[in-house]
Amino acid sequence: MTARYVIVGAGVAGIAAAERLRALAPAASIMVITDDPAGFYSRPGLAYFLSDLIPEDQLFPRSPAELRALGLTWITERAVGLDPHAHHLTLADGRTLTYDKLLLATGATAAPPDFPGGDLDGVVTLDSLEDARQIVRRARRGTPAVVVGGGITALELAEGLHARGCHVHYLLRGDRYWANVLDAEESQLVEGHLRALGIHIHHHTRILQALGERGRVASVETATGERIACQLLAVAIGTRPRLELARSGGLATERGILADEYLETSAADVLAAGDVAQVYDEATGRATLDTLWATARAHGAAAAMTMTGTPTAYRRSVAQNVTLLAGIPTTIIGAMGGSGDDTDLVAIARGDSERWRTALPDWVVVEQHTVNRVRLMLNERALVGAIVMGDQRLAYPLQRLIAARADITPIHAALLADGAPVVQLVADYFSAWERTYAKQP
Amino acid sequence: MALVPRSLAFDLTRAEVLATGNVVPDPARCVQCGICSYNCPLGLDVRAYAWRDEPIADAHCLTCGQCVARCPRGALRFAPTAAQKRGGC
Repeated sequence: MTARYVIVGAGVAGIAAAERLRALAPAASIMVITDDPAGFYSRPGLAYFLSDLIPEDQLFPRSPAELRALGLTWITERAVGLDPHAHHLTLADGRTLTYDKLLLATGATAAPPDFPGGDLDGVVTLDSLEDARQIVRRARRGTPAVVVGGGITALELAEGLHARGCHVHYLLRGDRYWANVLDAEESQLVEGHLRALGIHIHHHTRILQALGERGRVASVETATGERIACQLLAVAIGTRPRLELARSGGLATERGILADEYLETSAADVLAAGDVAQVYDEATGRATLDTLWATARAHGAAAAMTMTGTPTAYRRSVAQNVTLLAGIPTTIIGAMGGSGDDTDLVAIARGDSERWRTALPDWVVVEQHTVNRVRLMLNERALVGAIVMGDQRLAYPLQRLIAARADITPIHAALLADGAPVVQLVADYFSAWERTYAKQP
Repeated sequence: MALVPRSLAFDLTRAEVLATGNVVPDPARCVQCGICSYNCPLGLDVRAYAWRDEPIADAHCLTCGQCVARCPRGALRFAPTAAQKRGGC
């Protein structure tokens, strides 16, 4: 009998799993269940659609013909019930499916507004393609808009609404942008860019409630009593894994679905991958949620191996987030200690005074960036985190050194010296390290 | 994303790239948004190469750099391919 694989979720984790399953099991039945009628698209790309850098149809990495060629059974419906003992999955339309192996890749959803009035028409989140379409439809030239939230999605919403012609107010709870990751100068770079665009930034501002007229949002009232008029209120205050299905089957969950390094959950023949999966990491002894595209893809591929009988551990690499922060390509690697809980870390920051163009021996062409900046986080013997803004050539060496917990004792003192040529030191050390240690098994 | 003016060094190095290099993706940085493919003047599906972790080896590629410059996540760069590093071409 052919194996029956069922995948819930058509994001990158689900599609990576489906592709790998098909390669490993050409005759198997592979079913993909999704409640998103748009199917598989680039969720991170929604920000670029919103900013009008790409049209909507560009968001789909696979053509219908390419998806057909994978021979998947595609069902657009919500999965509402799981019975792991019977190996049954129930859909919202009442159908019951039987699986041999089930992958839960249900993803995460934007946290709902945490203030009264969050249900008014015109209050939006950026979660799905349909959300993005709605925002684009509502964002007319001159529309007053308020954006609230301290992370990357909030920034993308502010920039996107501005690009669509809205008059944007950006509300921050603290005294600067993304203070738990960026340092003061980096926050300043981002805020300066937003101000230059004409976006109004309000610090120390918390929304008390959203106020409506005839069911539509008309303004927000802040904790200090100020009212800011708006016809759009975009909320990006975090994400939550979608756990309902896993919980209906009694699976062990914390913030996400708990999974071991093979992506297997507490229920036999049920695996989890992507933003919903809280995966055990042998290196730290903890189960971690990553909410990153590359992680989700790697989860999906590893899960497919395990599902087809070759248990394959997902090895968590150092967390790496690449994004465009206020127009500056930025890579955030590992622990940045911005929240102040890693008091043993030392930070070194270097800006444009360094000789970036000659730092690395291999030739690479990049556009000139208006900002070039690198910040390293060190403990007594290793690099544990880095932010690279602008020129990205140092991102790869830093990612390798941080992931390998490479011993940087030989350059530690030099890095900490006043005016040290940090970029050159790291680049040279990486070249030597790669030649000696990294090539060894 | 607005482009800043290119430097002389960019254009000179680009000439070398035209002769000996490819556009090379870093899949760990790519989110398949498709900005690269959208901006390719020849309509090459750069994004698909990035998914497969392959250099853009299509003989039609002009190495014009549109995809490299416009990728919002710095996932594309010009680099010698492995064969060229070995002196194989």
